[in-house]
Amino acid sequence: MNSLSIKPSRGFITLFYKEVLRFWKVAAQTVAAPVLTALLYLLIFSHVLASHVEVHGVPYTSFLVPGLVMMSVLQNAFANTSSSLIQSKVTGNLVFVLLPPISHSEFFSAYVLASVARGLLVGGGVLVVTTWFGGLSYAAPLWILVFAMMGGAVMGTLGLIAGIWAEKYDQLAAFQNFLILPLTFLSGVFYSIASLPPFWQHVSRWNPVFYMIDGFRYGFFGVSDISPWMSFLVGLGCLLILSSITLSALKRGYKLRA
Amino acid sequence: MTTAIRIEQVYKRFGSVHALNGVDLAIQPGEFFGLLGPNGAGKTTLISALAGLSRPDSGRLMIMGFDVEADYREARRQLGVVPQELVFDPFFSVRETLEIQAGYYGIDPSRQRRAWIDEILENLDLTSKADANMRTLSGGMKRRVLVAQALVHRPPVIVLDEPTAGVDVELRQTLWQFVRRLNEDGHTIVLTTHYLEEAESLCGRIAMLKAGQVVALDTTRNLLSRFSSHTLRLRTASDKPAQLGMTQERITQENATQECTSGWWTCAFAHFDEIEPMLARIRNAGCMIDELEIGKPDLEDVFVRVMQEQSHEQVRAA
Repeated sequence: MNSLSIKPSRGFITLFYKEVLRFWKVAAQTVAAPVLTALLYLLIFSHVLASHVEVHGVPYTSFLVPGLVMMSVLQNAFANTSSSLIQSKVTGNLVFVLLPPISHSEFFSAYVLASVARGLLVGGGVLVVTTWFGGLSYAAPLWILVFAMMGGAVMGTLGLIAGIWAEKYDQLAAFQNFLILPLTFLSGVFYSIASLPPFWQHVSRWNPVFYMIDGFRYGFFGVSDISPWMSFLVGLGCLLILSSITLSALKRGYKLRA
Repeated sequence: MTTAIRIEQVYKRFGSVHALNGVDLAIQPGEFFGLLGPNGAGKTTLISALAGLSRPDSGRLMIMGFDVEADYREARRQLGVVPQELVFDPFFSVRETLEIQAGYYGIDPSRQRRAWIDEILENLDLTSKADANMRTLSGGMKRRVLVAQALVHRPPVIVLDEPTAGVDVELRQTLWQFVRRLNEDGHTIVLTTHYLEEAESLCGRIAMLKAGQVVALDTTRNLLSRFSSHTLRLRTASDKPAQLGMTQERITQENATQECTSGWWTCAFAHFDEIEPMLARIRNAGCMIDELEIGKPDLEDVFVRVMQEQSHEQVRAA
């Protein structure tokens, strides 16, 4: 009766494709809008501070660009997984993903990879539109790619946790406003932590997002507050811990399967 | 032959509520099986457990011989579920929805996949809407897409959880024609519905659930003959049928006026050869019959009686 050819990996590929297609269909909202927001940040901050501030021997506008790119990567990666999952839960269409023979690790990988894809697309967009501000160098391109992908994966995973945990949109908004936003804004996007008082420097070192932005910036200028290897290890550690938590929740069906 | 669905001693509790309380069922391949029960009886919980959407506290569920937990990939490939709620993904068109769903089940894009999707669209009268966004469809159309999604991977077992709730007559007819054909082609169909006349005309065997337990399980014919009977209904201007042991129907508000002048009387019988002597007794008693009807056994009667019996047993047990 069944003449349709079956490939087990097709489920994962389709879920990844569907997640990418989902944000691409509303690209004006999910890609263009965050690029514009980052551009506005750059225009305002660079106009006000460019002539007064230099960080690590780099003009402020040039210093700011990688921070804004990485912030866009992180925020959009989080938004992709969390909004997709909460929408599917609230509208009930998550059942179409839960019924098929998709394993919890395939579910996890597809959602997180799609969030990385959106993060890289938005980050790339920000990088392109800010190129004409000039002053960027590419001292260690491999670190740029590594930190962008790792940062996207960490925030995509965190988004998945938020999406699994939240039952209503306001719970997700609380997660976003009281955790993600402070973590990204207080991570050195707009400044070097070397310019902070010792106490706040110490506090910043407890913020994992700081390491991702610092490592990402190292890829452009070859200078950073922390060694890129240390930042890489912290980022990787976060990714492993968050992935373990998420995979365990998905395996148990926590808040997804009654 | 492998049993299509095997459910063994399945228990599931939500807090203090026993949603499933030791359910045992076996459904054979090719059956058209009805799962009936009042709201909260455990039908949807049982379907969710079968589909892997919820995990039972204990017990075992198998689809075409595959354990829904241990062999979940194979078990889920054998099952297509039409959910009760009218859910859809608003980002996609009908065709995209079906292609994505096929992909979830591991079906590679191919000419065969496209041809099968085209066939489903045609059979469910959705071809003209293939490229329409899901948001733009009417409720009935969305319901058809739900059915199409359940069939897209050609599962041998199909579960329809109240598929005709809120659906117009035309769609209901189209849907049942299609589902009957699927059943004739060898698919096992499990249907839950509150429309008992649908279950009566479609299902070969029926299980009735109450408070998480199977309280009746038999072929539709046996259930009808065990719990229900034919009835002779007649309307006369006198009360003589009462002397012959017939019972007068309850007068409802809307037919009260009519019942004042002429009453309907009812008598149950098991075999048609009982009718003639009954009519003879009425005639001999000098009673003029104005109207006469023969009522067929009714699944609704069976359902009401089974549920009432269970309630009485529970009261006795308490």
